[in-house]
Amino acid sequence: MNWINILIQGGLLGGFYALFAIGLSMSFGIMRLVNIAHGDLIVLAAYVALVVTENTGLDPFLSLIIVVPLMFVLGYALQRGLLNFTLSGGLLPPLLVTFGISIIIQNGLLQAFGAYDHRLQEGAIETASMQLPGGLSVGLYPLLVFAVAVLAIAGLQLLFYRTRLGRAFRAVSDDADTAELMGIDNRKLFALALGIAMVFTAIAGALFGVRTIFSPSAGPIRLILAFEAVIIGGLGNMWGTLIGGVALGLAQALGAAVNPTWQILAGHLAFLVILIIRPSGLFPRTRD
Amino acid sequence: MEPVRVVRQTRASRVFAVFAVPGLAALVALPWWGDAGWMRLIAEMAYYLALAQLWNLLAGYAGLVSVGQQAFVGLGGYALFYLTGPLNMNVYLGLLLAGPFAGLMAIPVSFAVFRLSGAYFAIGTWVVSEVFSQSASLISVLGAGSGMSLTPAILRQISIDRDIRDTILYLMSLAISVFVSAIVYLLLRSRHGLALTAIRDSEPASASLGVNTFRTKFIIYIATAACTGLIGGLIFLQKLRISPEAGFNINDWTVVVIFMVVIGGIGTIEGPFIGMLIFIVLRELLADYGTYYLILLGVIAIVVMLKAPSGIWGWVVQRYNLQLFPVSRRLALAPADGAAKP
Repeated sequence: MNWINILIQGGLLGGFYALFAIGLSMSFGIMRLVNIAHGDLIVLAAYVALVVTENTGLDPFLSLIIVVPLMFVLGYALQRGLLNFTLSGGLLPPLLVTFGISIIIQNGLLQAFGAYDHRLQEGAIETASMQLPGGLSVGLYPLLVFAVAVLAIAGLQLLFYRTRLGRAFRAVSDDADTAELMGIDNRKLFALALGIAMVFTAIAGALFGVRTIFSPSAGPIRLILAFEAVIIGGLGNMWGTLIGGVALGLAQALGAAVNPTWQILAGHLAFLVILIIRPSGLFPRTRD
Repeated sequence: MEPVRVVRQTRASRVFAVFAVPGLAALVALPWWGDAGWMRLIAEMAYYLALAQLWNLLAGYAGLVSVGQQAFVGLGGYALFYLTGPLNMNVYLGLLLAGPFAGLMAIPVSFAVFRLSGAYFAIGTWVVSEVFSQSASLISVLGAGSGMSLTPAILRQISIDRDIRDTILYLMSLAISVFVSAIVYLLLRSRHGLALTAIRDSEPASASLGVNTFRTKFIIYIATAACTGLIGGLIFLQKLRISPEAGFNINDWTVVVIFMVVIGGIGTIEGPFIGMLIFIVLRELLADYGTYYLILLGVIAIVVMLKAPSGIWGWVVQRYNLQLFPVSRRLALAPADGAAKP
């Protein structure tokens, strides 16, 4: 029964990683943008939520009414004003520019808020749990996060496969040059894509800030976890990202069950093994 | 018909060589005319220059955009601390073994990451470094999460006198920097350098002309890892303490190094030097204002990448056709016995 419990906890943890990864999966899948600043943008969203909750008295969930539009605009502007110019010259320009953004966000937050740990307060739901038959107990908050991740991906799937905008996204993902010939304005579309990606980054940031303490240096490890989920799942496959997140969560939970300090290491090793066996992930939909 | 000769030296490179020799001699003599602060700063510049040269060789020439070089800095540092501490080895022997150890560890790493390319390679190298970092924080003989310190007894092996010890460490930093720069320079002048330059310019084209790109990249990867490990050993010999977080720190040992190379000019020998100088000058000028120098460095790197992707030195070469380290070959119409006209 203990093992079932471990698997459930690990799977739910995977929902968290999937949520971290949605924004990255979008920008990597559509624009092939290796966004090194993704983890720092999650942390930035958590800080924005912190400022909003402290100044308006809204709780972290409701603060998203303000945080989400802000992050959307930031994403749109970042892509339009900066990142669009990095996409034509190989791997190095986007890598370096997003490394620059990452360093700027980390040190900007450090100067503004100090190196202290912060946390968002959401009240009773943080610790509430639900009893399942067989003596199992599941935290409500991880369950909620998992549900948000599933809903977010389902929503994105509808967007990708049921709307004109989604068709355009899939077209530029498959072949940006040909899509442009067919009359799609890639620059605008990319900006919109990062804007939408940042909506999910904002949600991930607020939910993350409620669950864990965060500090300006918390970004890079979120980026790695998100990347692992995206790559395990396969490029351009949103449900794959969810599966990748769950696989990562399970590996971590199993590692932690053997020895609590092995959690992160077990996840990294599982990622490397999967990558060595299947270099393009488990369920790739588009090719790099 | 006039004979055609291959010329390598340029007038700039000869002038540079004339000034470089006394300049280097002055730096070697620094312990006898400068103070401890200058020695510390120049030692730091020396190992940052070496790290930048190595990353440039890896990414600028061999096309291996690794963001996981901190793995080898940390491995070299830990190798030194473990060999001299728990194993009681002589400090010089420990330092000498730090490089080969990092190079040896790079072999299994390369089996994993060489299956990947582009972004996957970059992220893969980073994750590998995290694996080493996490592992170090689990191994109790390595001090687990809190790390290790060098005991005074180990330092006394270098010298009992503190000033003499500082001088020796300073000269070792300088020597490693010159050694790494010389290796990169000689490598680029050799046949392998020609192959590397070809890979830099176009990998498919160089492969079709008979360059064994996989073997070249593999050798470069292992060799840079070994040199990076040696530098890591020396860095932490001066810092006296190592922890998983400090040893395998991506920002300190890879990100700022990438910024240096790109700002200075990727794919040139002169670029890393200029980038390193800009980094150090910015940091020293803004030392009183916290970490704003890093923000500024990030902004400069972004602007350079977007406006002048070949970096400051690349711009100078385009404009003035200067080359201080003559690694390229040019054809000149000149008598075979006389000196080449620039």
